[in-house]
Amino acid sequence: MKLSGAQIVWESLVREGVKTVFGISGGAVIHLYHALPDYPIHHVLMRHEQGAAHAADGYARATGQVGVCMATSGPGATNLVTGLATAYMDSSPVVAITGQVATPFIGTDAFQEVDITGITLPITKHNYLVTDVRELATVIKEAFYIARTGRPGPVLIDIAKDVQAAQTEYVYPDEVNLPGYRLPRPVPVEQIRQIAEMINAATKPLIIAGHGVILAGAEDALLELVEKARIPVVTTLLGISSIPETHPLCLGMGGMHGEAHTNMALSNADLIVSLGCRFDDRLTGPVSHFARQARIVHVDVDAAELGKNVRPDLAVAGDLREVLPALVPLVEPADHAEWLECIQEWRLDSARRDILNRETDNRLLPQYVVRQIWQATEGEVIVVSDVGQNQMWEAQYFFHHRRRGLISSGGLGTMGFALPAAIGVQMARPDQQVWVTAGDGGFQMNIQELATVVQEKLPLKIAILNNGYLGMVRQWQQLFFEGRYSGTPLLGPNFAKVAEAYGIPGLRVCEKAEVVPAIQQALATPGPFLIDFLIEQEENVYPMVAPGSPICNMIRRPLETEEV
Amino acid sequence: MKHTLVALMEDKPGVLNRVSGLFRRRNYNIESLSVGHSETPGISRMTIVVNGDERVVDQVVKQLEKLVNVTQVWNVTNMPTVVRELALIKVKAAHGTRSEIVELVNIFRARVVDVGATSLTIEITGPEDRVNSLIDLLRPFGIEEMARTGRVAMVRGGNGKSGEATSR
Repeated sequence: MKLSGAQIVWESLVREGVKTVFGISGGAVIHLYHALPDYPIHHVLMRHEQGAAHAADGYARATGQVGVCMATSGPGATNLVTGLATAYMDSSPVVAITGQVATPFIGTDAFQEVDITGITLPITKHNYLVTDVRELATVIKEAFYIARTGRPGPVLIDIAKDVQAAQTEYVYPDEVNLPGYRLPRPVPVEQIRQIAEMINAATKPLIIAGHGVILAGAEDALLELVEKARIPVVTTLLGISSIPETHPLCLGMGGMHGEAHTNMALSNADLIVSLGCRFDDRLTGPVSHFARQARIVHVDVDAAELGKNVRPDLAVAGDLREVLPALVPLVEPADHAEWLECIQEWRLDSARRDILNRETDNRLLPQYVVRQIWQATEGEVIVVSDVGQNQMWEAQYFFHHRRRGLISSGGLGTMGFALPAAIGVQMARPDQQVWVTAGDGGFQMNIQELATVVQEKLPLKIAILNNGYLGMVRQWQQLFFEGRYSGTPLLGPNFAKVAEAYGIPGLRVCEKAEVVPAIQQALATPGPFLIDFLIEQEENVYPMVAPGSPICNMIRRPLETEEV
Repeated sequence: MKHTLVALMEDKPGVLNRVSGLFRRRNYNIESLSVGHSETPGISRMTIVVNGDERVVDQVVKQLEKLVNVTQVWNVTNMPTVVRELALIKVKAAHGTRSEIVELVNIFRARVVDVGATSLTIEITGPEDRVNSLIDLLRPFGIEEMARTGRVAMVRGGNGKSGEATSR
């Protein structure tokens, strides 16, 4: 069967199970778009290629399947860059397909030519430039395989325009031939026994559950391990929802904005078992001061993560899908009553300082908004959060018990991620309610995607925590830079009216008393809904670990009685 | 400390860029890098000399292994190896100094490969320290031009590829 390069792309995507592609057309992908209507693939026309990359990323994170985005050459391709870097940092399986100028023009600085394989070299797991149509099917097969296996990540395929038009005999390979591509090897039983021995010997054990647990689909085995030996669990930001946050042994997120009891547990544990976490600096603080009391077991699918940031006492390269089920039977039941009691004491202190436990406070606080969304939805939703203060409040005040219930840009911290990513999430999970929580700064970075929401009739519920600042930077300026608010006060539109202009009903909320009715209205309204919450402008995220400080040295919210 | 790594990789466009890009991005301190064909068609062989402690080198090896086009990586630093470098050195040679230079060349078992009116071009192959010694001795005469290949290395003896027994 002879097919054109463009037909080969779509035919192969269909064979890979792709049903949705996020993209924007253009001159160098015109052959691809010409062939598209003949295939059972829904193309979501985004309003910016960055949005397309985030949407594909969101799709991938919501399902574990490869998300696909498409862009033309030159500026179309470079607009993908932030989205690909976001997916790369968070190990998200994405395949990006870009058009390239025709092969005779490559290297001539032709119109809309850019070396996108060169540009994306350090932000993709692998990439390809296809200049021969006979290689195309094999490249697509390899790209999907590389994107989803081992430690997942984005793969870019740049296809010259004449390759899309050229014809060749189409054979889609059954297998890949990648002699240099290594999948994790089975972990020797001896190593698993060693982990179990260390857990059984510990009196103050602690698990750090990272994104890797979710990527491996190892949530069941994690819960089994945790309950059998009653080991408390700290998650990373992206590890949230690897264990239900309503579980008594889940201590929530640790690190720079971790709850105090969580960071105290990290600093006092005698054993830390890190599962699929890369010991990011936002979690550890200075590594020389991190978890000094603890022996550390580090399990990761990527051997290069072992010893990269923190030196473990036991390093295990392997897939959690295999390691955890093998580990559970070797771990002895335990209750760790003393250790858990100690953590409970710290936890009570956290509760005493929690601003939501101050009944007299009538200000419109972001923490209150997040908590009310949680209560109104009973947590039965997927939240896609943006980056900054809003992200930390979401992580602290929404208790995620649903798997893959929180989607957020962790490693790269990409403002503007939430709205387009939520489009991908909602496309992947039409049966689920999806909420966007964002700040006024980040929301304005990809606000154009409101048009895509309407175009695709997506029932997204959008909550903007609007404080008129680039709030996290303002908080740093207040605490560490003499209160000079340089480059942080931010003018924004009336977001409810912007939503209205796009055809999305919107509300502006200025009073605490209006919060719950507004959320109820959003829930009762079919289709999308946007609420612009004008929150307390200079509210801070607490606790906070000052940059460079050990994570046990937190800036705490003062007790109410201490405030004068 | 200096470590010697040997890597095999697919001979495809852009692979050298992937490797050098990795070193730059991860901030590794590379002393020398030499690349050429291996015994297998389609596979290139690279010898990399990297500066750093055990931990850095361990990272370099692991990150190299993650590159899809890199098929094998060995750290041969602590193995018995044959290590060679080739240098071409063009040195000023007047009537009075020519014979003195040739004498040095003979002592080092190097070769004169080109004789010009005012210069000699010398080829030396050997371990880096021997190459360095010759260069130091030639410097007073005036080195006009020099090209060095960087280190290439191969594990001694055995009956297979370099370091296969210890390959990860």
